[in-house]
Amino acid sequence: MGVDTSLIWAVLILFGVMMYVVMDGFDLGLGILYPFFPGKSERDVIMNTVAPVWDGNETWLVLGGAGLLAAFPLAYSVILSALYLPLIFMLIGLIFRGVAFEFRFKALERERHFWDKAFIGGSVAAAFFQGVALGAYVEGLPVANGAYAGAALGWLAPFPIFTGLGLVATYALLGSTWLIMRTAGEMQAHAYRITRRLVWLLLLFIAAVSAWTPLSDAQIAARWFTLPNLFWFAPVPLLVVLTAVLLLRAVARKRDAAPFVYTLVLVFLGYSGLGISLWPNVIPPAVSIWDAASPPQSQGFALVGALLIVPVILMYTIWSYYVFRGKVRHGEGYH
Amino acid sequence: MFGLSALQLARMQFGFTICFHIIFPAITIGLASYLTVLEACWLKTRREHYLDLYHFWSKVFAVNFGMGVVSGIVMAYQFGTNWSGFSRFAGGITGPLLAYEVLTAFFLEAGFLGVMLFGLNSVGPVLHFLSTALVALGTLISTTWILASNSWMQTPQGFEILNGRVVPTDWFKVIFNPSFPYRLTHMTIAAYLATALMVSSAAAWHLLRGNDNRAIRKMLSMAMWMLLIVAPIQAVVGDMHGLNTLKYQPAKIAAIEGHWENEGNDGTPLILFGLPDMQREETRYKVEVPHLGSVILTHTWDGQIPGLKQFPPQDRPFSPVVFWTFRVMVGLGLLMIAVGVWSAWLRWRGTLWSNRLFLRCVTCMGPAGLFAILAGWITTEMGRQPWVVYGILRTADAVSPHDAGQVGLTLIVFVLVYVAVFGTGIAYLLRILRKGPHDDEGLAVETGGPGLPQQPMRPLSAAHKSDRDDAADDERS
Repeated sequence: MGVDTSLIWAVLILFGVMMYVVMDGFDLGLGILYPFFPGKSERDVIMNTVAPVWDGNETWLVLGGAGLLAAFPLAYSVILSALYLPLIFMLIGLIFRGVAFEFRFKALERERHFWDKAFIGGSVAAAFFQGVALGAYVEGLPVANGAYAGAALGWLAPFPIFTGLGLVATYALLGSTWLIMRTAGEMQAHAYRITRRLVWLLLLFIAAVSAWTPLSDAQIAARWFTLPNLFWFAPVPLLVVLTAVLLLRAVARKRDAAPFVYTLVLVFLGYSGLGISLWPNVIPPAVSIWDAASPPQSQGFALVGALLIVPVILMYTIWSYYVFRGKVRHGEGYH
Repeated sequence: MFGLSALQLARMQFGFTICFHIIFPAITIGLASYLTVLEACWLKTRREHYLDLYHFWSKVFAVNFGMGVVSGIVMAYQFGTNWSGFSRFAGGITGPLLAYEVLTAFFLEAGFLGVMLFGLNSVGPVLHFLSTALVALGTLISTTWILASNSWMQTPQGFEILNGRVVPTDWFKVIFNPSFPYRLTHMTIAAYLATALMVSSAAAWHLLRGNDNRAIRKMLSMAMWMLLIVAPIQAVVGDMHGLNTLKYQPAKIAAIEGHWENEGNDGTPLILFGLPDMQREETRYKVEVPHLGSVILTHTWDGQIPGLKQFPPQDRPFSPVVFWTFRVMVGLGLLMIAVGVWSAWLRWRGTLWSNRLFLRCVTCMGPAGLFAILAGWITTEMGRQPWVVYGILRTADAVSPHDAGQVGLTLIVFVLVYVAVFGTGIAYLLRILRKGPHDDEGLAVETGGPGLPQQPMRPLSAAHKSDRDDAADDERS
């Protein structure tokens, strides 16, 4: 038996999406939080905390898309056509907020408010529709004859809307804890206040999703609540509770970096929880990674390039975050 | 929606987004090589105006690259959202090719673009030159992957069909498929010509306004040498590409020529102008030159090419469009050759910098190369219809099963957003072109890098300084 390239690709794509959620998560979160920081200098600082790295964050999204097409063309074609409108709206949101980074600083004084709004609207839309797409995906996409067989507006349902709001809250929390880490003074104090409320909001969403999915989906319930799985996976919810306690304590004690780190752990736990619910399906509820795999010749050929280049992109990412670490104060922008 | 089917709307959407997108990579390919040549000239001669030009055009390069990336994200998702039948069927081949294109582009951005845009003072001239050259090489490698994918869709080979999807059997054959070398050469040269025309247009515009310096003259001069030498080569490559198409996609050639049937053993005439009519199965009001079609397409006096009537009606490309887009492309190409020859004449007479009619003409030709690229791509892509993978997958079977309302809605949104966003971006590019290049452009450049006012992560920022000056000018005026 040879190497299971489907498995390697699944891990690679899961990793890429994880990188995307974590990294674009906090910079979308900053756009979501923009309305709570109305002053121009505050907004300049917010943008400067992320300006050097944001486009690197989005490369993971493109890599995920291309990787999915190369390794699991069936999943790519079914998922992207089933979630047609949410994904298109997400892309439009990303375009607006992407160019807002540059155009906002280039705009004349009287034009700036437009790009501020584009940044807010684009970030909220991208986050919300990513959440909607995620919710619809978790609920399951019916497949018949190799094509999506559900309703065109199947994503327009309570659960996806709920996860859409949940992801907006998640990204906002990533954004606010990022600001705690990267700002000082009054802005940081403001970020602490926002963070405290967001933590409770997010816990509410996590609890609701954790109850909602097993109740509505027997397959997911079986995955979590049968023996011996119960013992294997019990640490996940316990760790969520532990992390939440640590996060709230870190905020109360006005710690600098800890809130962001704990939020990352929280997001990672939520992500792995979803992974446990769905594995090994690439199109829930019935198509596994092996069913959707492209021919081994295709997976192998593309894997050579990915294994060579992904580590380089990773090293470069780490290096640029390392270079741009530390507090950002007003007037010392990268712009 | 508006009486259009979901398939037609999906095709319009793909056409619209790809036409917008291709402009940016074409200029990226051309400028990257141009910058390499400029820096090589500077290293060899140490003349300052080469460095001025390098810094000026690297700003244009940066903005253009950024817009190419943003519009490219949409392309990477559209194969799945709108063409799920295609992705499912052909993803095993086009997927890895696209993945390599994406990986190459990121590798390039991650590795060398930052050094190229900001690093001249930190890494020294020779390493910096190597970075520029590697960026240029990277753009060409990206072109290679994406054209391998497109060419495979035009002339597929090296695969078998198992369980209703393609399975690659020989990657070498997949990549080096019959139309690939011609398409790659034709497109790369087209990108160079389009860039040369844009560069010369900016130079001529400045000269007409009395902004005259060595850098601007050098721009015009280099671009005109390019046109004089390369535009005729492009005609030869185009001819070879046409012969290749005749061999593998004869219906496309018949549609391009508006050629319906052969009469006896007579040679094929060349229809200069006319109105192909798909219903009547004839080309009306045609003006034709006897035997010229045979001479061009078969290189003989009496050779014949297949007529459209030899193909069943459902397999015929839509001749009224490709007939005209092809003529627009060829017409612009001939114009480029003419301008090249004209420039040589004026150079010999010593009036290259002062002949106002010539300068006006060159200014107007600025977007001609891009229009020719668009016309050429429309010809080759619509000429492939009704197939998306030639001979094995029909476009109608490739489209996602959305209703027309949804596709129409997203099409309208894309048009509005693209016009607003990329319109702003293009206006911004034109602002940069209007500003320079001025003397000592090179000295005015801010150094960049970690912790400095500029950083290598974001190509669009490379241009910000001139824009701040520009905004200040606008406020004053």
